Order: sequence, then structure tokens, then C-alpha cells
Amino acid sequence: MKKIIVFMSISVVTILYACSGGNNKSEATTDTSSTVAADNGNPSYDPNRGEGKFTKVDVSSTLDAAKAEAGSKIYNVKCGACHKLTDEKLVGPGWKGVTHRHTAEWIMNFATNTDDMINKDPKAQAMLEICLVRMPNQNISDDDARNVYEFMRKNDGVK
Amino acid sequence: MKKNTNWLYALGAAFLLTGFYSCKPKNTSDAISGDAAQKVYVAPGKYDEFYNFVSGGFNGQMSVYGLPSGRLLKIIPIFSVFPENGYGYSEETKPMLNTSHGFVPWDDQHHLELSQTNGEIDGRWIFANANNTPRVARVDLTTFKTAEILELPNSAGNHSSPFITENTEYVVAGTRFAVPMDNDNGDVPINTYRKNFKASISFISVDKNSGNMKVAFQLRVPPVDFDLSHSGKGKSHDWFFFSCYNTEQASTLLEVNASQRDKDFILAVNWKKLEEYANHGNGKKEAVQYAHNVYDEKTHSATSTIEKEVTVLDAKDLKDVCYFIPCPKSPHGCDVDPTGEYIVGSGKLAALIPVFSFDKIQKAIADKKFIGNYDGIPVIEYEAALYGEVKKPGLGPLHTEFDGRGNAVTTMFVSSEIVKWNIKDLKVIDREPTYYSPGHLCIPGGDTRKPNGKYVIVYNKITKDRYLPTGPELAQAAQLFDISGDKMKLLLDFPTVGEPHYGQAVAASLIKDKSVKFFDINQNQNPYVTKGEKEAKVIRNGKKVDVYITQIRSHFVPDNIEGIKMGDQVYWHVTNLEQDWDVPHGFAIKGANNAELLVMPGETQSFEWNPEKPGMYPFYCTDFCSALHQEMQGYVRVSPANSNVAISFSTGANLPDTTTAPPLLGK
Repeated sequence: MKKIIVFMSISVVTILYACSGGNNKSEATTDTSSTVAADNGNPSYDPNRGEGKFTKVDVSSTLDAAKAEAGSKIYNVKCGACHKLTDEKLVGPGWKGVTHRHTAEWIMNFATNTDDMINKDPKAQAMLEICLVRMPNQNISDDDARNVYEFMRKNDGVK
Repeated sequence: MKKNTNWLYALGAAFLLTGFYSCKPKNTSDAISGDAAQKVYVAPGKYDEFYNFVSGGFNGQMSVYGLPSGRLLKIIPIFSVFPENGYGYSEETKPMLNTSHGFVPWDDQHHLELSQTNGEIDGRWIFANANNTPRVARVDLTTFKTAEILELPNSAGNHSSPFITENTEYVVAGTRFAVPMDNDNGDVPINTYRKNFKASISFISVDKNSGNMKVAFQLRVPPVDFDLSHSGKGKSHDWFFFSCYNTEQASTLLEVNASQRDKDFILAVNWKKLEEYANHGNGKKEAVQYAHNVYDEKTHSATSTIEKEVTVLDAKDLKDVCYFIPCPKSPHGCDVDPTGEYIVGSGKLAALIPVFSFDKIQKAIADKKFIGNYDGIPVIEYEAALYGEVKKPGLGPLHTEFDGRGNAVTTMFVSSEIVKWNIKDLKVIDREPTYYSPGHLCIPGGDTRKPNGKYVIVYNKITKDRYLPTGPELAQAAQLFDISGDKMKLLLDFPTVGEPHYGQAVAASLIKDKSVKFFDINQNQNPYVTKGEKEAKVIRNGKKVDVYITQIRSHFVPDNIEGIKMGDQVYWHVTNLEQDWDVPHGFAIKGANNAELLVMPGETQSFEWNPEKPGMYPFYCTDFCSALHQEMQGYVRVSPANSNVAISFSTGANLPDTTTAPPLLGK
């Protein structure tokens, strides 16, 4: 009787195999980690810039106080729930020194293209392993992102 | 045994062969089941092609399914409280269920109608009727929330509703029960029905831009039971058709006493002329009371206003507006074909389906081919209005929809089948059994100028043996048929919630891209919004305490609250600070005797909480939001009324005494 069951199982397996095309097979063996590795291995990915619409942000050596003030208001509504202004981690990392750790482009891309960056960027992924909460996309506009960046600079002592 | 084994080997081999064969195109013999499965299979991660909005009947809600898969996507509370998200319990939504009878937490929701422009579905709103405490609601199809509920005066049993005109100029609401009018004395003997009872048809205007509804005027009609209706289309645009029964005017044992006459009526109303009369001040203003409830998307709150007046026009005073058309045996469905020429009345006790001609009706009116009048309304000769009859279509015809290819599909309640027939030659083309006793049916756009004749969905009243038994009450069920070919083919059974009556379906492309993903926190004008954690606070004002609390993955601010006292009336105003799709947070507190709240991103919702005894009350997020969802919690301390614990609130600051820290075990 056992033999029969084995035979029946083989039939089933054969059928499944016969029905599955090459695509299905490769899909089954592709997991996210290999996708990520492939993307990170892509020489066109710039880990300093991240991925998003910002390629070159003009930043002056002095603070734009108006931008920083606008950024502070956005911080209070959309960011402050998770990010402290010290170096202490709350839900996400504290912002003290963030402008020294990342470029303006990386920060602004991360704030506006959050999901793609978490899926691809090695630094963002390393931070996710620590925080375990994916940074939510808070739907920050391009201008908002620039203003928040200026507020970060102010927090890091730029005058 | 040996023999048996061989037989099983053979079976295995056959199975193997069949398996291989099934990878190839099907032949007709195995196509019935295989083909059906393919046609309704929507692969994981893929969208359905149609939205199917299905009335909830006695659950007072509307459910949304995807077609062809039959997957349930959402339940939208309209006329019934919904503790799962706080609808009807939160301070913001309680006014939605206010009526002239006070707060009514339930209703019986039968019919739905998608808004139209030029006789085609425009995907903006869907209207819903409440049968029991007469109301009409408008649901917004960007938020999938109930946006407005309008009560109807002088009404009882709002069944003939919420059918609309071709540009959503009006939603109609005809009454099933005749009753003494609201400002007449209702304390009369029931057997004075014919003297004291009247019926009403309300015309609700809909603002083109906002969708806001208003009872524009009411038509006073004889005390018969209005059942269903549909507006004209194209050439019959100016007209509305209402089926009615109980022309016997019985008020007891209607089962027998309202089934005496060979024919009841379809009432044809020229609503354009009626509108003109109303605009010229021919109506009489009556003092009545009815609630008008509107949900504001900016404040995330509803308001309820009691309206005090309605304009009434009496049908018997209007000589060229209303005409009765005799229709066999207690007509139920009253359906107009896509051209607007044919009006199908379905006499639920008749063995035929009469089809009336709009052109013939117009001619009969012009030639005054009347057989008399009924309570002052002319009655057109049956033959003068009739295009023809579908003979022997089946038993118990109820509802008809159209496939846009010149055919009609009618449900047969008694003989449990759907029947396809040609409108021109009135010949039955096809019939398929349904399981069992179908009520309504729906073809996407099947009651508009432009049906999409791919599927018909049939809503059955009885399912008996179709699903696993679940005690005395069984699931009511929908059945999906492919009607694109000559033969209608059953593809799928899917169970439904509540009791579906009418449904509406529309191509998903018309709605899906307009879906709101979250509410902009900066546009939130709720008076109790907390825009950022810095603004979180607890304010005492006498016995009233307002808690302004925020949510974001994955904590509350504040999450430690002290200083609440017995006898306080505490309002929790919960703002979800998230600005991303699909991140609602929940809010629940121990012992809360109303409900929980589900707060959408950027939204503020509030509920009242009156603690019953001093003690410690935990609260937490009920909608799994992140890996640290289980950490999203807090405490509120309740002290006796005479306590002097001051109001205090914080998050992350009120740390436990370090001397009592639990020991670190091991290293």
C-alpha cells in the first residue's frame, strides 16, 4: 500500500513540475536578500546620496534661519514623536550629529523616498536592525525636506 | 489485495495523464469547472476588476467585494453602530445616527445606487436607504465612509429608495407603509386607513459639487405600498417609475388582502414637471421634524441638524404629472432598459413579465386612453401602455437588470433561477438555476445607460446545503455568473454578510485611483486635534477632563496620566500622527462601556469615558502597527472624588524608582 502512496505522490509532483514554467521556479528561489544584494552591488547606486530625486543640494556655510524655523514646525508635527534632538534613540535615532553622519542628499532622499531607501540602502537597513520599526513615510514635500534638513543643521550647531 | 493494488496503480497512471493533459487547453467536457476556476481566480497581489457594493439588509451596513474573486474588501457602517471602529460611539460619529426619534443605532439597509452623470456611473458616491426609520445616506467613494444621512418626514418603510435620476439631480424615496402624516393626528383607529393614511414620495436634491442632500419636495400619493422604482433614461429622462401593491388599501393580513386584485400599478411620475410646480410655489409647506446629519472631512466630525419644514405637492392636484399603469399581481421590481423605452414590471405573483413602452405611454396620455382614475390619478389602459409580455418566464419574477446587448436578466424567486430574455422579441433565451430563491441581481451598470454585460451577480435568500452548516442561521450568498456568451455560466458562490438585497457593481478603474490614503494632519480642523506631541495635554475643566493624546508607531503621548477622579467625565481625543497609507491605530481602555476607536492616519476621534471605580486603567493600541505594537500602551490612574492627586501626564518621564529595579539575572 505504501508503494501506491509513493507512486501517487510522484504523480502529483510530476504534474506540478510539469505545469510550472521556468519563471515560477526562479521566482521561488529569489528572495529579497538576493535582490537587495544585486542592487547594492550595482555600481550606479551611490550610498552617500541614497536613492531619490535629490542629487545635489546647495547648502551654504551659514544657517538659513527662516528655513530652519519652518523645519522646526514640521519636526514638531511629523518627526518629533520618534526622533529626539539629542543623540538618544527614541523610536528612531536621535538627531544630534545626523548632518555629520549623512549627506544632505541622503537625508532628504530618505525623508521623501523612505520605503525604497529602507529596501535598498545599507545604512538604512543597518539602522532598521537596531530600531526594528520601519521609518514611516510621513509624506514630506521636497521643500519640507529641505527645511527639516536646515533645522537639523541648526540642531548640529550651524549658525 | 493484489487486484486492488493494480487497480490503484492504474488510477495513479490515469491521474498522471490527466495531470499532464490539464496543462493544455481544455476541451468542452472538463471546461465547466476548470474554466470557472480560472475565470474567478485573482492571483495573490492582483486587483479585482470590479467593485461590488452590496447592501447589508438587517445589519444596516454596506459591504464591498471584489469581482470576480468574491473577496470581501470592507464593511462600511452606515445605519448601524460599528464597535469595531467606533462608528456611532465616538463623539465625532454619534450625530450621524441622530433622528427625530433620537439616537437610532440600527436600521435595515436594502438598496444602493451609485451616482450617475449622463446616465452612466460616475464613481463619486453611493446612496443607501434605511427601511425602518426612513433615511437616505450618501457614502463617499474616496474615503469609503458615510458622508451624510438624511431622515425623511411623512414616511414609513422607506423601501422604494434610493433610486436616482440620470445626473443624480434627485434621489427618490417612496414609502412602503402608508401612515397618517407627521403633523396629522396619528392616534386614530387602524381601520380608518382609507380615510386617514397617506403615502409620500420624497425627492431629494443632490448638490453637484458637494453631494449634499436636501428634501426638495414631497409628492403626496394615495395610501398604497410603494415598492421599487427606477428613473427613465434618454428619451424618458424626465420620468420616474414606481411599482406599488396593496391597491386594495388593506391594513391587515396583507398576504391575502393585498393580493385580491388582478392588477396593481406602476406609477409614472413626470419629475421635471413636478419640479417646475415646486419651483413655482405650488407646494404647501408643512411643519415636520427630521434630522440631517453631515460628516465633515476636515473636522472629522458630524453635525446633526433638525429640519422643520417640508414642501408637499398633492398628486391629485397636479393634472399632468402622475399616471397609474396597471401591472399584474403585486409588482416588485420596476426596471428601465438602457434605451429608456422599455419599463419592466415584475409581478411577483404573476406568470408573465409585462414590458411597457415609454412611447406608448406618452401616446396613451396624449390620447387620454384612461380607464378611470384612482384617488384622482388617471389610470392608463393596460394594453395602451403595454409593449408586450414575456410568457412563461418562470415563477415569481422579482428583479431585472440589462446586459447592454438588448437582453434582460430576471430573477425568479419561486422557481429559483435566472432567466435571460430578449427585450425586442420577448423570447426567453436562456435559464440557469440559482441556489436558492434569488432576490436581487446586479450586472455592473445594469440599471444605467451603459451596462457592462460581463457578469451577473445574484443575491440568494436561501442557501440550505451550499455551505458548511453553521447552526440554524446560514450564510446568505451571492452567485457570480458569466453572461458574456450565449449560455449563462455559474462561476462562483460566495457568502455575504447580513442579508444582501440590491447590489451595484462598477469597474474598479473608476474608483480605485481616487482612494484617499491618509488625511493631511495639517488640514485636520477637529477642535480637539493634537498636532504633534508637544501639544499633547490633559485639561481639567470642573468635572470635565479632555485628554489630547497622540499616536505614532509605537507609543502614545501621554502614556502616564494621573489625577482623574471619580465622577469625572473624561473625553479621550485621539490623534493619529502618521502620514502614511494603511497605518491606522486603535485605542481601547479597560472597562470602556462604549467601544474602541480606530483612528485613521491624520485623523482625530474621541470617546467619552466615565470610570466606575478608583483604580488603575490600562489602555493600548488595538490595530497591529509595528514590531513594537505590543509596547504601545499606557496607564491612567483614577482616584476617589475627594483625592488631591493633581493632573499630571507624560511619556517616558515618569520613571519607576531605581531602588526597586528587578535584579538582573545571570550576567
